[in-house]
Formats: sequence, C-alpha cells, structure tokens
Amino acid sequence: MGVRTTLALAAGKGARAVFRLRGGGSALPGLVTERIDPAVLRHTLGSLPRGVVVVSGTNGKTTTTKMLVALLRAHGLRVFTNPTGSNFTRGVISSMLGEVGLRGRLDADVAVVELDEAHALHFSAQVPPTHSLLLNVARDQLDRFAEIDHTARLLTTLAEQTTEGVVLNVDDPFISRIRGHVRQDVRVGWFGVDPSIADRLPELQEADVRPEDEAGVVLDEQELAGAALLLPADDGRGLTVLCPGGEDLGPVSLRQRGLAAMINATAATAMARHLLGEDFRVEAAAAALERVSPPFGRGEVVDVGGTPLELVLVKNPAGFTVALGTYGAEPVATMIAINDNYADGRDVSWLYDVSFESLRDRGVALTSGVRGWDMALRLRYDGVEVGDVEPDLDAALDRFLREAAGEPMRIFCTYTAMMHLRRRLAERFGLARFGEDPEA
Amino acid sequence: MNEPTHGEVALALPDDVAALAQLPADKGEVHLVHLYPREMSIYGDLGNTRCLAARLRWHGYRPVVHDHHPGAPWPERADLLLGGGGQDSGQARVTEDLERHADRLRELAADGLPMLMICGMYQLFGEAFITVEGQRLPGLGILDVTTRGNATRMIGPVVLDTDFGSVVGYENHSGSTVLGEGQQPFGRVRHGQGNNGSDGYEGARVGNVVASYLHGPILPANPALADGLLEIAARRATGDWVPGEIDDTVATRAHEAQVRRLLGS
Repeated sequence: MGVRTTLALAAGKGARAVFRLRGGGSALPGLVTERIDPAVLRHTLGSLPRGVVVVSGTNGKTTTTKMLVALLRAHGLRVFTNPTGSNFTRGVISSMLGEVGLRGRLDADVAVVELDEAHALHFSAQVPPTHSLLLNVARDQLDRFAEIDHTARLLTTLAEQTTEGVVLNVDDPFISRIRGHVRQDVRVGWFGVDPSIADRLPELQEADVRPEDEAGVVLDEQELAGAALLLPADDGRGLTVLCPGGEDLGPVSLRQRGLAAMINATAATAMARHLLGEDFRVEAAAAALERVSPPFGRGEVVDVGGTPLELVLVKNPAGFTVALGTYGAEPVATMIAINDNYADGRDVSWLYDVSFESLRDRGVALTSGVRGWDMALRLRYDGVEVGDVEPDLDAALDRFLREAAGEPMRIFCTYTAMMHLRRRLAERFGLARFGEDPEA
Repeated sequence: MNEPTHGEVALALPDDVAALAQLPADKGEVHLVHLYPREMSIYGDLGNTRCLAARLRWHGYRPVVHDHHPGAPWPERADLLLGGGGQDSGQARVTEDLERHADRLRELAADGLPMLMICGMYQLFGEAFITVEGQRLPGLGILDVTTRGNATRMIGPVVLDTDFGSVVGYENHSGSTVLGEGQQPFGRVRHGQGNNGSDGYEGARVGNVVASYLHGPILPANPALADGLLEIAARRATGDWVPGEIDDTVATRAHEAQVRRLLGS
C-alpha cells in the first residue's frame, strides 16, 4: 500500500467528516479520494478473499444489490457494499471511506457493488470484477447512452472483463446473448422466470427488434441445473425460486411489492448460489429475503401521521410501466414529480412510451418538478384528470400532504425529485438519512 | 391496428382516444400512417401519433391509425405520414421496406401529402447518409439534405422559430445534416445545435413534408404545428377543415416553461 493511497484515504475521510456535518452529498468525498489516488479501488478492493461482485443493468440494481448483500451476510460473509444507490466509482469510494483503515485494509470477505452501466467499465478498469450479475437493458437516459445497443455493448464489455463468473438474465435477449462473449474459463449462471409466467415479461422489458433467430438463448440441461427461476404465487405477494439442480427456495413474501422485485430476488438468489455453491442454504436465504426492506424511494413506505406514503422511483419507460402495474391497481392519492437534471435523464420524451390509463379512474392530484407541465400534458393525452401543476417540489409536497391528509398517498418521482422529496420527508418524519440505511 | 402489440410501442390508439372526447366524430375520417413504430420510435415518437389522433378526435374527426411494419402491405389509405427516430440496428431493418415504397413516398410527397419525419426518418428522407468511414448510403431524396456521421453527438433541449411559431423539443443525433442549395429549413435555432451546430438551421421542409431532429415528442408541446399538419390532412381527406375548440392551456404552459428556461425570456 503506497503513501499516495494513504494520503488519498485521509483526505477522503476528512472530506467525509465535513460533508456529514453539513448533511451533504454522498459522492464528493469519493471524488476527492479518487483525484489523489486513481488506483485507490484496486488497492482496497482488489485483495478481498472472496472477490468483487458487480451488479449492473438498467433497472433493479439497487434492490438486487441490497438483496444479494442480505443473502451473503445470512451465510456469514462479511460484505462491503455501496448501499446508497450512488452507483458511480466515486460513490463506491465514498461508501468505503467509513470502513477502510488508512492503510487501505477493508474488513470484508467480499465486495458487492452496484454500478451504472457506463461507470461499470471505469470501475472494471481499476478492479476487474471476479463476478458480475447483469440484470437487463432498457431505454434509459438516452441523452447519456444514446442507444440501447450501446448500453448492451457496455455490459458485454463488463462481462468480458469479469474473471470468474457471470450470472445472466435468460429472458432478456440483450443480456442472454452475452453468453457468447465471456472468457472460456468463466462460469456462466442464469436467472429468469418460470416459463409458465413468460407472458408477463413484455410489461417489464424492452422489445428487441432483431430477427427471432438472434433473439435469445435456450438453456441446456446442465445450465438449467444451475439456474434460478421465479414462480410467483397466485396471491401476488409470495414467490418461490425454483432451483432445478437443488432445493427450491420458498415460498417467501418480500417486503417490496411487484413482479420486478420478485425478479430481482431471483437474480440475487442465482448470484448467491453461484458464489456460495455447496454452502448455499435455502432456509437462511429465504429468511434473509423476507427481511430486506425496500431501498430508499423504491417503493419505500413513509409513515405520515399514521397514513402510508409510498415513494416510487421511476426512471425510464420500462420502470414506470412496471411501477404503474405494481401500484396502479390500488388507486390512492397520487402525485408525480418529473425533473430533467443529468441524473434523471435530460430528455423526458420517454413519458410518451408509458401508458398512464391505469390512473384514469382516480386521477392525479398534482404534478410537479421542472417538467411538471410536461407531465400534466402527457396525462391529458391519456385522459387522466390532473388536479393542479406546482413545479416547485417543496410547495407541491406541502400541498399534497395537506390536501390528501388522512388517506394513503403515493408519489412517483424521477431520481433527483425523489432525493429532494425524501430529504424533506426525512426532516419531517424522522427517517434514516440517505446513505445510512441500517438494514441490508 | 391489426398488427399484434409489441412491447410498449403499439398502444391501442383510436379507441381509447375516442373515449376521451364528448363530441360526435362526424366531420369525417382522417387516416394516420405511422411508419415503423417498432423499429423507429425509440424516443417516444409514438407520442406524435397519439397526439394527432387525440386532437383529431377533439376536433370532431375520426382518426384511423395504421401501424406500418417492414414487409407489410401498404395501408389502403393515408392522409398523413409519421416517422420517428431509431437506433442504427432499427434503421438497418427498415431500409429494404423503405426502398420498396420509395416511388410511392416520393409521389405522395410531391402530391402534397403532409408528413412529419423525425430524426432517423428525417435522415432517410434526404439525399444520402455518409458514414464516418466515408461510405455513401442513398436516401429517398425527398429532401435535399445530406447527412454525415459524426464522432460527437448533438444532444440537448432546443427552441426554434418556425412557420408554425416557436417550437420546443429535444435533439439527440450524431448525424450532421447540411441543406442543399435552395432547400428550406424547418426552423431557425434559438437554443440548441440544430442540423449541424454551425449554420443555425434545423430540419427541412418541402411542400407539406416537415422533417426535424426534435423529439419531445415534438407535437404535444407544439400544438400549432400539430394542427398545422392536421389542417392539411383533413382538407385532403374531407375537403374541409373545421377545427373544434381545444383547451391547450397545459400544452401552452409546458411550451412556455421550456422557452423561458432556455431563452430566459
């Protein structure tokens, strides 16, 4: 470990202390550290005995990472992770600053980090991941990624740089065809849904316009034996993860609702089995999955004076469609907040690829955010009544809490709108601060 | 609408739109043809079709929407054509079909059929696309524009001055387009890059063919443009244009919010 790393870590820790006092952002101390020692990640994470697992893909990274961490901890592993959803390298470094000594020693067996598709490559240039779990590819932030095909290429490159094992989504052709690109000595594992519910997939994922023969892969018997497949219960809450080569997991009930969360649980289970092999225990895994609470703003429920307020992050057409499918069936007082900052995706065109008809019966009380008027306009074209438009997030939140007082509430919001609203909600209702999520 | 639905792209348009209007749809049918909604609608360009169908209904007309897919027979009737942007793989998938209908499209354009072609379809309606490697791929030649592949993308919100008033939208293209001599642009750039980032022009217009890089999608927040196209289509379809009263308060506010934010006025 060099002097430079020690210096970088000291500077980062100092910055972290200052920013925490000010209640500020999560990534800046990481940026300070990275500037001083760009190789800091290699020095700290590169020597962990059970390796470095990267979780990437368009939708579900934060939830899946949290579930995977819970599964591994339930098996006695000490896990380093970036639980804040700050999924750039500097976010990972920031997460690390609280746990690492100045010599760069991290008290962990394994690291599980979620990384944004583009930053995953920046990360892997520093620390080649031993394992990667690749979830899905969908239209998201095309102002950054330009094309779905480009995003798929980024993940393919990440898989090529992975040294021991990759776990792929058999149902997403953008992901499953990565099988042909991994190194020969790299083990490939799979997750997916049981064929009996394959008809529910179109609501979750991007249609691929390639000819059928290029579309996806079919697993052979040996591959199937290592796969984890989701079988939801009829009640919509319970699920079983079928493990063809071993003991099935479940039935369990997750604390986060919806099919997407169930698929994330299946992906996390597949990766945990892949990592733990013989040591994987279904009872421990089931208990761990049942305990995982929704990450910040991803269906998180805030207690507002005795009534629940659900905060639902929506970032792209597939994600919003899933969120409406999951939550829209239970109409409650609804607000939608759309910002178009860099972290939200600056282009809001994608709102026209989402159908909002499920909101028609109850209507939307308020739209807000920088693009609050554009959201209201979108709803008008789907025949959804909008109570009012209040672009200012604070004013909108005040009004919404006042006007919907006493009844269940739900806010769909883009990333920076969610961060803003959650901070306000945390101040008013005593929630854990961002980045201090105590349960994994 | 006989095609199977596919992902999120094909939404049932006319029926649910029809349900939104209290007016009788007694001013006649107007047929909208959306070219390649699967391959060429990556940035929500389907919203343009949805917007036109809804506005027709609000004006008292009956919209009939045809989704045209590669290899399918040409729709029996077309009063207005729409096309959007796709990624390179999508563009490659439609080229053959576009070639098959090239003569028809050129005739329809010359005949004054209104068309709105966005981004990728705008490029394919031009003279040629010259790739980064220098390869020349011919276009339909309806617009006298030539596009070159570029290393840097032009991305961001846009405000234009056009014959339809100010227009707001969002551009995201790597192709850099140059107008031929005498080719009229669609608009002049007040904020953003436009066709190529240097000459101040955006899009192109020949007769009733309007082509632009703007997504947004372009029509909902620019209702004057939407109704401008509908007027031509309705006149061709029914011999007249009798617009109804549409409350465009929300569209106007969305439009103005962007203009104010980007131009500071």
